[in-house]
Amino acid sequence: MSPLLYTILIPVIAAILIAAGAPARRTAGFATFINLLWALSLFALYRTAPAGIDHYKFVHTWPVLPQFGLNFTLGADGLTLVMLLLATLVSVCAVWASPKVEKAERAFFISILMISAGVIGAFVSVDVFFFYAFHELALIPTFLLIGIWGSGDRQAAAWKATIYLALGSFVLLIGIIGLYLSIPVLNHRTFDMRALQDLAAHGGIEKKTWVYFLLLFGFGTLISLFPFHSWAPQAYSSAPAPAAMLHAGVLKKFGLYGLLRLVVPIFPETMQTYMNLLLVLLLCNIIYVGLITVAQKKLDWMLGYSSVMHMGYIFLGVAGAGMSILSYTGAAILMFAHGLSIAALFALTGQLRERTGTLEMSQLGGLARKLPVFGLLFGFATMAGLGLPGFANFAGEILVFFGAFGTAGVGNNYHALNNYQIATIIALWGVVISAVYMLRAYRNVFLGQPGVVTADGALDLSGSARLAITLLIIGLMIIGFYPQLFIHYLAPVWH
Amino acid sequence: MSLQTVPWIILFAPLVAATLILFFGKYSKPLSAGLAIATAALGCVLSWLIFLHPPAQEGLHFDWVNFALWQQAGIPAFHIPIGIVVDPLSRVMLLVVTTIATLVFTYSIGYMRTEEGYSRYFAGLTLFLFSMLGIVLADNFIMMFIFWELVGVSSYILIGHYYSKNSAADAGKQAFLVNRIGDFGFMIGILLLWVATGSIVFSEIVGKLTLPGGLASHLPFLTIACILVFCGTIGKSAQLPLHVWLPNSMEGPTPVSSLLHAATMVAAGVYMLARIFPILILAPGAREVIAWVGAITLFVAALMATQQNDIKRILAYSTISQLGYMVLGIGVAPTADVAMFHLFTHASFKCLLFLCAGSIIVAMHHEQDIWKMGALKNKMPLTFLCCFAGAVALSAVPGTSGYFSKDLIIEFSWANTTFHHGLFWLALATAALTAFYTARLFLVVFFGPPRDDHAKHCEESPKVMILPMAILACSAIACGWPVIQKHFFDLPEVVVAPPMFHIMTLVALALGLVGACLLYWNAEKDPISIPLFANRFYIDNFYTEIVKFAQDRVGVVFSWIDRWVIDLGVRISAKLAVGTGFTLRLLQVGNIQAYAFYFGAGVIILIYLLLR
Repeated sequence: MSPLLYTILIPVIAAILIAAGAPARRTAGFATFINLLWALSLFALYRTAPAGIDHYKFVHTWPVLPQFGLNFTLGADGLTLVMLLLATLVSVCAVWASPKVEKAERAFFISILMISAGVIGAFVSVDVFFFYAFHELALIPTFLLIGIWGSGDRQAAAWKATIYLALGSFVLLIGIIGLYLSIPVLNHRTFDMRALQDLAAHGGIEKKTWVYFLLLFGFGTLISLFPFHSWAPQAYSSAPAPAAMLHAGVLKKFGLYGLLRLVVPIFPETMQTYMNLLLVLLLCNIIYVGLITVAQKKLDWMLGYSSVMHMGYIFLGVAGAGMSILSYTGAAILMFAHGLSIAALFALTGQLRERTGTLEMSQLGGLARKLPVFGLLFGFATMAGLGLPGFANFAGEILVFFGAFGTAGVGNNYHALNNYQIATIIALWGVVISAVYMLRAYRNVFLGQPGVVTADGALDLSGSARLAITLLIIGLMIIGFYPQLFIHYLAPVWH
Repeated sequence: MSLQTVPWIILFAPLVAATLILFFGKYSKPLSAGLAIATAALGCVLSWLIFLHPPAQEGLHFDWVNFALWQQAGIPAFHIPIGIVVDPLSRVMLLVVTTIATLVFTYSIGYMRTEEGYSRYFAGLTLFLFSMLGIVLADNFIMMFIFWELVGVSSYILIGHYYSKNSAADAGKQAFLVNRIGDFGFMIGILLLWVATGSIVFSEIVGKLTLPGGLASHLPFLTIACILVFCGTIGKSAQLPLHVWLPNSMEGPTPVSSLLHAATMVAAGVYMLARIFPILILAPGAREVIAWVGAITLFVAALMATQQNDIKRILAYSTISQLGYMVLGIGVAPTADVAMFHLFTHASFKCLLFLCAGSIIVAMHHEQDIWKMGALKNKMPLTFLCCFAGAVALSAVPGTSGYFSKDLIIEFSWANTTFHHGLFWLALATAALTAFYTARLFLVVFFGPPRDDHAKHCEESPKVMILPMAILACSAIACGWPVIQKHFFDLPEVVVAPPMFHIMTLVALALGLVGACLLYWNAEKDPISIPLFANRFYIDNFYTEIVKFAQDRVGVVFSWIDRWVIDLGVRISAKLAVGTGFTLRLLQVGNIQAYAFYFGAGVIILIYLLLR
């Protein structure tokens, strides 16, 4: 029995209880909180827990079709635990900071819990098949949340996200099957990530370029890699806040996690061969999407685009992850940091929409005077989003930049810039761009003269929503002040 | 308690105070102010202590990031320490920062007594103090960069203190963004130095520079890296062309302008250059660029200052100009002490001038136009005296602190024979301009007829504001005297002095003073009008146009491409699907079973494929 199983079961059980008649919001809030505490204790216990044959711990295998190498295996290494913390923390906050649900409250919270269970299941599965299946499990309730509880043109948004993500998942599925089939020795065929990495290291996998591209673009679509990104802003602006928080914050990280687990260790040479393509795409994420973000006029669209843009930095980390331990840990810390900060921003935006009825930036203004706690927390989240030191985002970004810049060797290196270094310099300009749009949004919504929509009589942020967002910011600051805490978990995973 | 922990206490006490004020400040005004002043005063006392009894160099340090455990042997392990360096440079800077901070915090009690956001103000100030001390004590580039960004954010908070004013909110944003642009270059410079030496710690980089085959033998690389690092200074110390944020930062409360935007924060760029001076000295090309940026800045900013009418903006352009002198000093002088000496004296007299301006502004009910003032010398005699001390020091009248420090830089711009003498002539011409705009300000504000009702009825400020001003006034006069400054600096001798140098500076000073007296004695309004200077060479307008273009053209065009090219196929299919009502049916809650069915079917097909 693996203690990781409970992290999946707790939200599922809570969902069943809600379906059976338990009070929806409270049950969901309590269950996700227990799950967070459970994840925290696993995080604390991990380093002293007995290790098995590899660095994975808490491993348990339930055979499904062992003759085909298909088992239900749970296990965790440092990277898993960081993602587990991210998933459970954002789940708690998604429930706690959820605005009032107008219709079908039970189904709403059941959907949220299913996303949570699905994404946690994906992270703790060592087996690629279940890793994939859990992600699909999390996607379906996301579509439902957008299509039923969304705002604006929610049908179109839900449909577009469905087309894109289903297509991406399908490409990914073919890629995974392709990967499975590229193991030439029949009785070596396996879905176990550890075994796959082992086989790859010892030449047990025929590395086919098309499999690499299927995996890259499959995962890439889910992560909103340019040019497969256009679903994201619309979906996030239409989605109810908890769905946007969970998807942008956690579910999207599934793709990056998959890249770090399957593509970086298994296809290092192929990645190198086609590195320039990846670098160009990720720079489009940063610069091209960054400039689009600057042009946005609505707060939710701006945040949606900003989350697409920030994927570019994480991709830069993934691109260098095969060569540099700094890139690898930087990408992982940035996944965590971006998840928390974008969740805080979407939570605040959802609460704001409830109070003002609009997120059109030209109609808002000077809200910090009326809603001081709102203003303060949004200010913190803004600063985290633009990568201010003291927040985990800065720690992640700096590691990604150093990692990519150091790929050509460090110490007595005076060569002409290589492609990674040029990409790093261009990406650094993105730091300026993200400051532009974040500060502009904060300026237009919270500072200056009051806007057309004055939100008279609106209450300041309070209660569970306030607590939830504070929790996210504290999480960001702990890792921002002391990133070494995570590095102790992440660095041993590399190679 | 050993002396080695003292710098850590100096550094972290303000952070503790800032946190306490953030949480509890709203309950009590005296608590906010008291906590802030207490930490600043504690820092001041302890800074004097370690100035007089320097602790051993090897102190505590801990790793913010350290990969030593997991990296292969042979390559330099990546680590970012949080460590502090206590050397003569940082000890002097500690003194400057904590002493000025204590005085300005005290002054703030009087200045802010009727203002809103009292506790937010003091929380911002203590956060600033923490960040600034971090820059001073940092022993490596990344730690410095971290605190560099943090002073940026505390400056953002404090400039935007009156955040309901559109101009204040915009000024804060602009300051942050312009600094980010400078930091873009700074970070690339750090990365280049890192790949070249394998380290980000100042002492380690310096140690590796002159090794055989080390960075010093790759001069073009070193020069480019140094110029990029200098971009950080261009942003933080408001050098051309990134100077535009500093005058706008005057939207903040006046004590903030005094502490951050005159005496300490903007000088951080110069301090950083002084910190890396052992690297710069090996890159004469980079120093030439630095010297020219400083010289052009000091001259152009002084020209702009001559035609401003807002008392704080005159001082702001003057600050840019004086920072230009310090940057020039880094470029031309053989040691960093020359620039640091001017930083030291400038901190006294410019801080003083801003505090005087604050005193006047409060008395004038927040009127800042000097052409609405006049004849204030009788109404505000103490402010008048203090301002006089500041003005003579800024104009570098012989015997005052500014005279000793500024003339030394001008002298070295001649004595450094590797560079063009144009540097010297710019610096000398600006000495005349400085005297001119300082005298203009002084004459219009304190003499002549009262030009406004407020000017007729204003009163002297309370003692809590006058006392810090009086202390600074003494310092502004005396802190440059050789008997005093020799305890702080080890100034080099000028080898090749320019001919008749002292006569030339005296003539420049006299030209400026006489010119101002002729034009502005009892003047009703400004007798001269030079639109080019008054409009700051139209540089601000130029930037506004660029930003507009980026936002309204490039951004909008990209948005359009994204919407109508990249997204087109999906949009059409989504429209079709919605049109046929397919999604509607698909997304009914009742159809979850259908979803489950599709999903289950998919899994079965997959398993079938595998088993086949």
